[in-house]
Amino acid sequence: MDFVCNFPCISILLCLFAGIISSGLRSHAAMWVNTALLAVNTALSVFTLTYTLENGPFVYVMGRFPAPWGNEIRAGVLEALMALFFCIIMLLSLFGGRHKLLQEVSENKIGLYYVLTDLLLSSLLALIYTNDLFTAYVFVEINTISACGLIMIRQNGRTIEAAVRYMIMSLLGSGMLLLGLCMLYDLTGHLLMSNIRESVALLAADGQYQIPLIVAIVLMSVGLCIKSALFPFHAWLPDAYGYSTVSSAAILSSLVSKGYIFLLIKIIYRVIGFDIYHDTRIIDILFLFGLMGMIFGSLSAIRENDIRRMIAYSSVAQIGYIYMGFGMGTEAGMTASVFHMLSHAATKSLLFIAAIGLTDVSGGSRKFIELTGSGYRHKWAGVTFTVGSLSMVGVPLFSGFISKLLFAQAAVQNHAKMLPALIVLGISTILNAIYFMKTVIRIYTPVEDSPYEGVTFRQTSMYSVVLAAFIVLNVILGVSSQPVVDMIRRGLAEFM
Amino acid sequence: MGAHLLANYGEAVAMVLFGIGFCNLLLQPNLIKKIIGLNIMDTAVYLFLAEKGYIAGHTAPIVVDGVQSVDAYINPIPSGLVLTGIVVSVSVTALMLALTIRLYNRYHTLNLDEISRQLKKEGL
Repeated sequence: MDFVCNFPCISILLCLFAGIISSGLRSHAAMWVNTALLAVNTALSVFTLTYTLENGPFVYVMGRFPAPWGNEIRAGVLEALMALFFCIIMLLSLFGGRHKLLQEVSENKIGLYYVLTDLLLSSLLALIYTNDLFTAYVFVEINTISACGLIMIRQNGRTIEAAVRYMIMSLLGSGMLLLGLCMLYDLTGHLLMSNIRESVALLAADGQYQIPLIVAIVLMSVGLCIKSALFPFHAWLPDAYGYSTVSSAAILSSLVSKGYIFLLIKIIYRVIGFDIYHDTRIIDILFLFGLMGMIFGSLSAIRENDIRRMIAYSSVAQIGYIYMGFGMGTEAGMTASVFHMLSHAATKSLLFIAAIGLTDVSGGSRKFIELTGSGYRHKWAGVTFTVGSLSMVGVPLFSGFISKLLFAQAAVQNHAKMLPALIVLGISTILNAIYFMKTVIRIYTPVEDSPYEGVTFRQTSMYSVVLAAFIVLNVILGVSSQPVVDMIRRGLAEFM
Repeated sequence: MGAHLLANYGEAVAMVLFGIGFCNLLLQPNLIKKIIGLNIMDTAVYLFLAEKGYIAGHTAPIVVDGVQSVDAYINPIPSGLVLTGIVVSVSVTALMLALTIRLYNRYHTLNLDEISRQLKKEGL
């Protein structure tokens, strides 16, 4: 076993220890520990990715207890790619929102904020890498608790209420997930994903316990759908994303919900088995709710008069896209969904971070009327917001175009679902264009004698560098998407 | 069907309790009642695990007289899962209670709908 095989485990443990150490440090030191941690984790993920690209996936046995008893970590191309992406986006989101964090959060709580992000990163990495269902459940709860802390670190009535609503929905979801996996454990007698899949395949071949198996699959799927804010379960989302501090909003929308979706992908492929999951027809329900989310999320976003809440509602629509890809029930649909996870993570965090620059030069107001002409006052934020909007609408050169293209290709391959998928994809794109282009036109409408002053590059150099990095990331995903798509295809094939 | 239900009445009760807890957590407007619902829901899962983990006539898996046969002991993993689950649910309950105290101090009510109404009035 090569030394690289230790890296996934080391990165999870590093995050946990960094969280513990940071809780005793002053806020400035905690911030640097967090930055160093993210940098180290990015490097470790790069090593893991290159290793898995060369040598294929590997299983790391914790404590050297063999398969049916011990706990395992599994790393393949897809896991390493996700981990790399999550680390980069979290690093950029934290840097981009740092000045707001200092303004909005009281001095003695900033250290705690970094403790929470360390723990959040550990749970995300564990959700990505773990090969054990119950470990996944425990880290789902850690993820929920730290995400709740990120929402309410900025203390006002709205964020606390949003945190309570978030907790309630999350707890309903994790209750269902727990019940589902307990049932699955009773049926199969295993907690490790690969062992469960063997037993489930035997059960399906025998035709035994079909109803309990379907109930368990439904409970786990619906639980994770609730947690990742699929359309009818999104009531908590606009407040949580709209009023928390901007780094939290970026991290929550682009990483936390993706962590749950990635766990669902692992459950579909590595726990149940793609074919058996496909035969249960649950994917039709996911498909339906995905389509509804795409339309209703966009409609809510059009009605919104607040830029942050508009971006939050746009997230609902984008999560709908991802579930629509699941609902196709084909390899191509899954690839499109995973690519859209990456593309949405890169774009949505960019939009949140850019929007804060625009509101900063508009007297802190988030209403569209005050934002008029803010693209001239903060040039970098204006350009970045435009790039994000174009990417969301699906203009070529940017990552959103590639994911829309992949979704359309996947839809064409699936005859039964081609028509509804393509129609809703078209409608949703038009709706996206309406509300994003409305915003872009608004921020580039010149106003005479505006009461607000602009900023120069010098005043916001750090923030502008982060924005430039976001644009580069987005364009890289859009222009050279083929290697990423190949990696995703290979990773999904390794899951089979 | 009926005979199965009677034979597995523990599991059936656990499912009914889970439903009660789930509905309370989802539908009650009162925050404390929501938290009670959460605890009922989690406890129902532990009851389900305990029922499934127990085999009549078998004892706890601690070897004392050198008997190592599988038929003598129950599987210890469900009990371990219950313990882990209890730890998770305690911490989540503590967090929810802390949030409830915060909201109560601010709005002097435990009714979540009422709090939302007051927030709209604040127009923040």
